[in-house]
Amino acid sequence: MILVFLERSGSDFHRLSFETLAAGQQLGAEMNLPVAAVVIGDGASEVPNATVFSITHPLLAQYTADGYTIALEQLIRAKQPTYVLLPHTYTVRDFAPKLATRFERVLVSDVVAMRAEGGNLLLVRQLFQGKLNADVRVSGVAPSFASIQAGVYRSDQLQAATANVEEFSVAIEASDIRSKPEEPFRETVRAVDLSAASVIVSVGRGIKEKENIPMIQELASALGAELAASRPICDNGWLPMERQVGSSGQTVAPKVYMAIGISGAIQHLVGMKGAKTIVAINKDAEAPIFEVADYGIVGDLFEVVPALTEAVKKARG
Amino acid sequence: MKIVVAIKQVPARDSQLRVDDTGRWIQEADLNFEINEPDAYALEEGLQLKEKNGGEVIALCLGPGRASSTIREALAKGADRAIHIEEESVATLDTLGIARLLAKAIGDEKPDLILTGLQSDDLGYGQTGVVLAELLGWAHSTIIMEVEVRNESIRVKRELEGGWFQHIEMPLPAVLTIQSGISKLRYASLMGIKKAKTKEVKRLTLEDLQVHAMSQTNVERVYLPQKSKQTQLLEGPAKEVAAKLVEKLKFEARVI
Repeated sequence: MILVFLERSGSDFHRLSFETLAAGQQLGAEMNLPVAAVVIGDGASEVPNATVFSITHPLLAQYTADGYTIALEQLIRAKQPTYVLLPHTYTVRDFAPKLATRFERVLVSDVVAMRAEGGNLLLVRQLFQGKLNADVRVSGVAPSFASIQAGVYRSDQLQAATANVEEFSVAIEASDIRSKPEEPFRETVRAVDLSAASVIVSVGRGIKEKENIPMIQELASALGAELAASRPICDNGWLPMERQVGSSGQTVAPKVYMAIGISGAIQHLVGMKGAKTIVAINKDAEAPIFEVADYGIVGDLFEVVPALTEAVKKARG
Repeated sequence: MKIVVAIKQVPARDSQLRVDDTGRWIQEADLNFEINEPDAYALEEGLQLKEKNGGEVIALCLGPGRASSTIREALAKGADRAIHIEEESVATLDTLGIARLLAKAIGDEKPDLILTGLQSDDLGYGQTGVVLAELLGWAHSTIIMEVEVRNESIRVKRELEGGWFQHIEMPLPAVLTIQSGISKLRYASLMGIKKAKTKEVKRLTLEDLQVHAMSQTNVERVYLPQKSKQTQLLEGPAKEVAAKLVEKLKFEARVI
């Protein structure tokens, strides 16, 4: 059996959950294995998969690594899946390594492709922030654990089936849960909604110093674009956090996304690869950003950007 | 408060990477190495906690001989002493093996807190801290932005997705994985660099630790990723590429 963990996000499923279910179904078809989903909390009956395990317990109302690990460990011991697939979310990153360790197994995290090969599973994951890929084969006894990166499988390719929900009851004591989570909160009200922008000019580490940001702002203004940034720029306080694109910031899908001096680590790519046209300007020809770019300029941004600003101004008259 | 900070040495961020002859790892000979960036923030957090609450910071590093430079730097920045698990072929170990080695090396130290970066910039598994916590039987939390020490517990600010955060309280001892960029990293002072030379570095080998670190995961091939899109490269002097790009933005993307 392939067991797929589906993460809830508020009153809905995390968007990566169904992508991971699609991954499970595809692998199930390839390997001729049945696919079951597991949901902690509400929503099991909405899952478009034939077998769904539903786990509900008062002590699981709020996420804790202890609670989720205990619950899923009990399910896995009872159902003995060969593979356990999870969406590569912040929550999964928090508990899945712990869960795999309970079985003395290694979680292969951040998987970007997988295929059945010679009776076992070959997983592809990224190394060096996306600069290289690695084919990883997992050996040893079942279960094998893998977490799937965003945007690799498509939830619209799910083979939808009516959910046959099986309640799975777990035994958890209040004393098992050591951490006390408080209510999630947002730091500031978000004044900038980048998701509505049709053109975004985004800047990364390549800009080197805060003093150079106005140069990018000038290009953005010439294009009538919103200014955005990768995480390190916002961490440094060079641009406000609300202009950050990526897994910890905003997800955008403009007509044009111009990435300037951004290498393109996966955390950034997940936030912008939905853009219709991606332009990358970077001095490193092997930067991962060029893997998703439609137009690439390999060169010194300090020469290219001013020239581009001037050319845009001229074109606009 | 006794704090262990687990740090790793990785190729410098702007390295040009080449696959080696085995096709299973990279050529390391010509590379520069530095502290894994998130680990630098974990070290900074450890040093700041020590300054606020007193105690000791121990840098723990699993890595080949060359990692000594990263350990020395941690000592120069203010770590009190270090443990170096010296192993040349770290890349062939998996997360469970690595965490077992770290757990064993921490052994009798009985720290109150273990900090490490949320992931490494080379392998990027992002699991060492969590697996280590499970092996030790301690509570943990990941992607931490702030740490507040209370009596027998800590209250941390954890980053969630999409700009959300959450405070979590947990008992000590605990393991935290620290987010990059949460503070300003200090530089080593001249005095610090001088003092570092006299600080204790305990060297251990895999044989000393007697840990079963057989890898379950086997990297069969390392290679450049295939492009998911056909990138049109625009070439020429700055002025020329600017004009070419404006053409594309005007007539194909239609945003000018």
